Amino acid sequence: MSILEVRDLAIHIRAARPVDGVSFDIAAGECFTLLGESGCGKSMTALGLMRLLPAAAQVVSGSVSFEGTDLLALPESHMRDIRGGGIGMIFQEPATSLNPVLTVGRQIVEALQLHAGLRGAAARARAAELLDLVGIPDPLRRLDEFPFQLSGGLRQRVMIACALAGSPRLLIADEPTTALDVTIQAQVLDLLDELRHKQDMALLLITHDLGVVARMADRIGVMYAGQLVEEAPRAAFFAQAAHPYSVRLFAALPDAERRGGRLATIPGSVPAAEVRHAGCRFADRCSEVMAECRSAPPPWREIAGGQRVRCFLPGAAPAVAAGVGAGDTAAHAETRPLLSVRDLQVHFPIRRGLLQRAVGAVRAVDGMSLQLMPGRTLALVGESGCGKTTAGKAMLQLIRPTAGSVQLDGVELTTRSTHELRPLRAKMQMVFQDPFASLNPRLRIGDIIVEGMQALGGGKVGAGGTAAKVGPLLEQVGLRAEMASRYPHEFSGGQRQRIAIARALAVHPQLLICDEPTSALDVSVQAQILNLLSDLQRDLKLAYLFITHNIAVVDYLAHEVAVMYLGRVVEYGSADEVLPSPRHPYTKALLAAVPRIDGAQSEVPKLAGDMPSPANPPSGCHFHPRCPLADDACRQSYPAETRFGATQLVRCFKAG
Amino acid sequence: MNGMALQPVVLWSDALLFVLIAAIVALVFWARRQDALRAAWGRVLKDTMAMAAATVLAVFVLIGLLDSLHYRARLPAQPGAEARYAVEVLSALDALLSDLRQRSEKTYSAPLATHLFAREALENSTQREFPRLKHGGAHLGADLAGHEFDIAVRVSRGCAGGLVIWLLLVSAWCRWRGVAVVEMLKVGVGGPAIRAVLLTLLPILLLFGIAIAVGGGYHVFGTDKVGQDVLYLSLKSIRTGLLIGTLTTLVMLPLAVLLGILAGYVGGWVDDLIQYLYTTLSSIPGVLLIAAAVLMMQVVIDTHPDWFATAAERADARLLALCLILGMTSWTGVARLLRGETLKLRELEFVQAAQAFGVGRFAIMHRHILPNLMHIVLIALVMDFSGLVLAEAVLSYVGVGVDPSTISFGTMINTARMELAREPMVWWSLAAAFSFMFALVLAANLFADAVRDAFDPRASA
Amino acid sequence: MLAYIIRRLLYAIPILIGVNLLTFALFFVVNTPDDMARMQLGVKRVTPEAIQKWKAERGYDQPLVWNSAAAGGAKLTETILFSKSVRMFVGDFGRADDGRDIAREISTRMGPSLAIAVPTFVLGLFAAISFALLLVFFRATALDISGVVLCVAMMSISGLFYIIGGQWLVSKVWHLVPISGYSGGLDAAKFLILPVIIGVIGGIGASTRWYRTIFLEEISRDYVRTARAKGLPERVVLFRHVLRNALIPILTGVVVVIPTLFMGSLLTESFFGIPGLGSYTIDAINAQDFAVVRSMVFIGSVLYILGLLLTDISYTLADPRVRLQ
Repeated sequence: MSILEVRDLAIHIRAARPVDGVSFDIAAGECFTLLGESGCGKSMTALGLMRLLPAAAQVVSGSVSFEGTDLLALPESHMRDIRGGGIGMIFQEPATSLNPVLTVGRQIVEALQLHAGLRGAAARARAAELLDLVGIPDPLRRLDEFPFQLSGGLRQRVMIACALAGSPRLLIADEPTTALDVTIQAQVLDLLDELRHKQDMALLLITHDLGVVARMADRIGVMYAGQLVEEAPRAAFFAQAAHPYSVRLFAALPDAERRGGRLATIPGSVPAAEVRHAGCRFADRCSEVMAECRSAPPPWREIAGGQRVRCFLPGAAPAVAAGVGAGDTAAHAETRPLLSVRDLQVHFPIRRGLLQRAVGAVRAVDGMSLQLMPGRTLALVGESGCGKTTAGKAMLQLIRPTAGSVQLDGVELTTRSTHELRPLRAKMQMVFQDPFASLNPRLRIGDIIVEGMQALGGGKVGAGGTAAKVGPLLEQVGLRAEMASRYPHEFSGGQRQRIAIARALAVHPQLLICDEPTSALDVSVQAQILNLLSDLQRDLKLAYLFITHNIAVVDYLAHEVAVMYLGRVVEYGSADEVLPSPRHPYTKALLAAVPRIDGAQSEVPKLAGDMPSPANPPSGCHFHPRCPLADDACRQSYPAETRFGATQLVRCFKAG
Repeated sequence: MNGMALQPVVLWSDALLFVLIAAIVALVFWARRQDALRAAWGRVLKDTMAMAAATVLAVFVLIGLLDSLHYRARLPAQPGAEARYAVEVLSALDALLSDLRQRSEKTYSAPLATHLFAREALENSTQREFPRLKHGGAHLGADLAGHEFDIAVRVSRGCAGGLVIWLLLVSAWCRWRGVAVVEMLKVGVGGPAIRAVLLTLLPILLLFGIAIAVGGGYHVFGTDKVGQDVLYLSLKSIRTGLLIGTLTTLVMLPLAVLLGILAGYVGGWVDDLIQYLYTTLSSIPGVLLIAAAVLMMQVVIDTHPDWFATAAERADARLLALCLILGMTSWTGVARLLRGETLKLRELEFVQAAQAFGVGRFAIMHRHILPNLMHIVLIALVMDFSGLVLAEAVLSYVGVGVDPSTISFGTMINTARMELAREPMVWWSLAAAFSFMFALVLAANLFADAVRDAFDPRASA
Repeated sequence: MLAYIIRRLLYAIPILIGVNLLTFALFFVVNTPDDMARMQLGVKRVTPEAIQKWKAERGYDQPLVWNSAAAGGAKLTETILFSKSVRMFVGDFGRADDGRDIAREISTRMGPSLAIAVPTFVLGLFAAISFALLLVFFRATALDISGVVLCVAMMSISGLFYIIGGQWLVSKVWHLVPISGYSGGLDAAKFLILPVIIGVIGGIGASTRWYRTIFLEEISRDYVRTARAKGLPERVVLFRHVLRNALIPILTGVVVVIPTLFMGSLLTESFFGIPGLGSYTIDAINAQDFAVVRSMVFIGSVLYILGLLLTDISYTLADPRVRLQ
């Protein structure tokens, strides 16, 4: 018995058609996931169901029936009873989705007043119950706190509590864990799953992450360019995805098995919502494309056991053979490290009081040491706020370290003045996280790429000479030479990241510090960039310091791994040693928290709580408040390095 | 003996105004090559309200520019003598409006009147009567009964003239684009914005037609205390308003941009110093600071009469000084805004990428920060214009505005308010000044709104 | 919190010193007292004796910053800088040209100024926020669009027009209230009502539009979507969620002007003949009474700095993020 039936829902924003005929059902108590890359219309579908679309967007056709009521025909006043009462909704950004000036309690109570008719003390008591239900410790105190006093994970729990206040029969969760760290994501996913069973509530989960789908879904709908292209129960989907797009999403995932090889990519990008399609929407990017794909939209085709697909191909799409790479290319002959960091510290003073004296410091990086050999990749892994980005910038001297030493090719950087550093800057460059912020929107691509050459080449490179170098650089990163005269806004996120890489390559660096270069990109585009980076490493013998929170990416490309927690490296060693047999309890938990696409749950207990503030780190081992193994020794002193195997260094008393 | 019929005079304000126009033209050409700017201006050009407002503004600017071409006429030649030129500095607008300028009456007269506003004792009579005007309605002779009919005839003649010129314009446009006139007005060719421009031109041309036809025989807006035609005064005021609105921003912007970006990007003691500077300046109430500065400037000008050759030059110097003072006192707001934006920009990754290449501070400010602030600068520029035009009137009323001999909306209102208590009221000077000012400021505000909507990244998101 | 306020107060000192030096430079360095005397006396009566007399009467006959003729500490104190500028810090503003004590004049004129400024401020704020909320409630409808056009039209009208037009219509045509004047006590109401109404109308266009922009910005935020997803009616979303958050940017612009209400309104007071500080200032400017203008500049900046302080404090009251950190 379905509680939600969506039929041919179409939403237009002027000429754009972000949702273009979507139909699906959700049964009571079921978890249905909408899976797709950004811009495919998932969120718009959800907002359309709730009739919360932005002013410019309109539902132009279709019907949404919730428990037999046609939502699109309801008067607004009745729709308000459904919102929160029948269908609850939580959003991606817990940081901005709660009202910053109202207390947590107030925000839950207002929903209780509306849907449960509770007032005063009764409402407050129920709100505390709800906080308790979503696993927030000390709920009575939390009721009177403001959202900014809570961590990201707690805020998302509060959001869930708000949504549960009206006892909805359906909860829509729009990328509920995308903004959270993996350990927190694991907590929130567990909570959602538990609540769904406890409250017998259906869940419409929107995500781009196959791991989350595997962990949560009963059934899956794959969305592409405003339409569903495949619908399947979880088991069938993960056993054999049917649509070429779904198949390719799997193949694009980096992991240890594809190490050294090439990831399958999907050429091009999702078509813009303005594009009109005569045939299959995926035809342009599909390697199995046939003539009929271009002329007519494929009909739904039932496969078996509830799996159906919109594709002309008979049977399931063939699996994508991963390309064969050149293998592990890095030679071990070199013994002198390219980058050598010792006891690096970056402290930001906290000023307080009448005279703004520094009363303490945020210890963003608090004594880290590592070495990177030429042509190798070192992954710096950790959750947000652990100091990994600051560390990267401090190595480049973009932020001057408070103490410690950074040597590039044997030359000490920390003691050099800005001016003296300039000639060394050609050897090390950085690729930033946000492809939209890393290119100046007012400069042409050519000028962006030339800037570094001019700054480092004494500024007197002839116009013809530099322009001549731009074309080959663009081609090297998979773009076309004539793109040099365009502006950044004409490019997609993946293309921009290629441009940023070309800009860095322009000065022939030996070391590239990549700060989460793929975290803002979709899986299929991430695969393109990762392939490009490994090609470049092979061809140019580049060394990468790869800063990331994505364990799968580390698994795929890192030679060495450094795991950071609260400003310090807690585990360090070759990827071959660390990833299969992590020794530090934090590394173990981090690896275990990553949802796996085989749906298997790890035996390692999930981490509780959040990372403490680097302004006020716990005594002893920084990890002890969250560590299941901690004892008195851990609370008193910070563990020294213990060596395991050939390369593995662990800072833990309990490792072994 | 071979002197020119007139000697061009370039006042400082004229020169600055033309430099400004040249700079704007240059900017337009530069902006055409910049994708983002071209897109934003494209949005302005498509906005019907903005284009209607721009049309009105363009008419005002045209009048202001005509009024900025100054010259001294040659005096009637004395045989054998060098060519000599009049002391009075006139403008191209004065030449066009020489009828209006020269046909002054004795004192107040109401709009379209044939008689003076006040009774006077006539020479050959003991009775006090309203004397006939020297110019207004003089062509009627003794036939005063035909007064209203004459005006009606002139109004319709003016309307007809305006309409004909407008139709000529529209058909010329349509021929150029190769479309039928009816179709053009129905759907608008080249976008609804062009239609908005043409439709705005219609009332403007009608008003011009009426003003010319009626103004030929009457004082359309009456005359002021010394008998000057109020329409003439209103038209002359436009230049003053435009100058104050534009030259002030010319003074203010370089200061605001330079200090704002320096404070935001360099930080440290530079930031502290600049913040101190603008907090101190902005802590003094605006009008009082301006009043104090203007009073002091007045003392300087009054104690150095030898600096200026003509009264026009002195008035011009005072106008420029006022712009300077307004600019010096009003840069703080924009500087604060730019500092804040710079603080955000310098944390962006493209700035850090440039730092990673060792690009110098000033190159970064110039290449990466400034271009990304230009939309704020532009918005500030157009938003401030209307405020400054209004401020001129208030300052002149308070007595710290332009030179009393400079014709401006403020001086018009200031002299007219003395007569408010009169019974019946002398309302026409005020009405004319307020209506012209309203049209100018409204057009500027509407245009500024469209520019802000087009350039503000938040608005387009 | 206390440390914060004290720090802000300390920060005000260099600013006040800066203001003081600036006015000193403006009034005594750009033009020497001799220049001023010459201009005030007019061209005809200028003789060295007359100038000396004029300066002596006003206490301008001392050296600017250093009196080498005096002894000891008096070298510093018997100067124009000290007697005319530094003493303003202790509320000693000296005498106006007509010989009256400026400090006393200010204290008696504050009442009438506040009697106009406070009601205008409060009513204006209330009216503008209400209209802005109304427009936002009906956003993107014909009502909203015509409301915005009306706002733009109203802010394009000169403030002088509102006053002159209002006086003409209400007092001369309708004879509802006296055209100008002032009296103490309850009688004052009939003199105050028109200037207050005109003040409110004159400012409502610009402020309504500003508040509307702020409200619209808040309405596009994620937490508003959350509030709607809870099923809250639009009215509650606006008043409980949007208004509370919009208050923070509104406070920045509004609180800072509260202390400067003491200064009165230049135009309104002079047109309506209200004996407040605004008309005092205008009269001083017209009479070129530098002592009064200087004092008002100083008081104005003290009040502005007070306003900045109040703004900071009001932030902490309105925004828990500031209050609790």
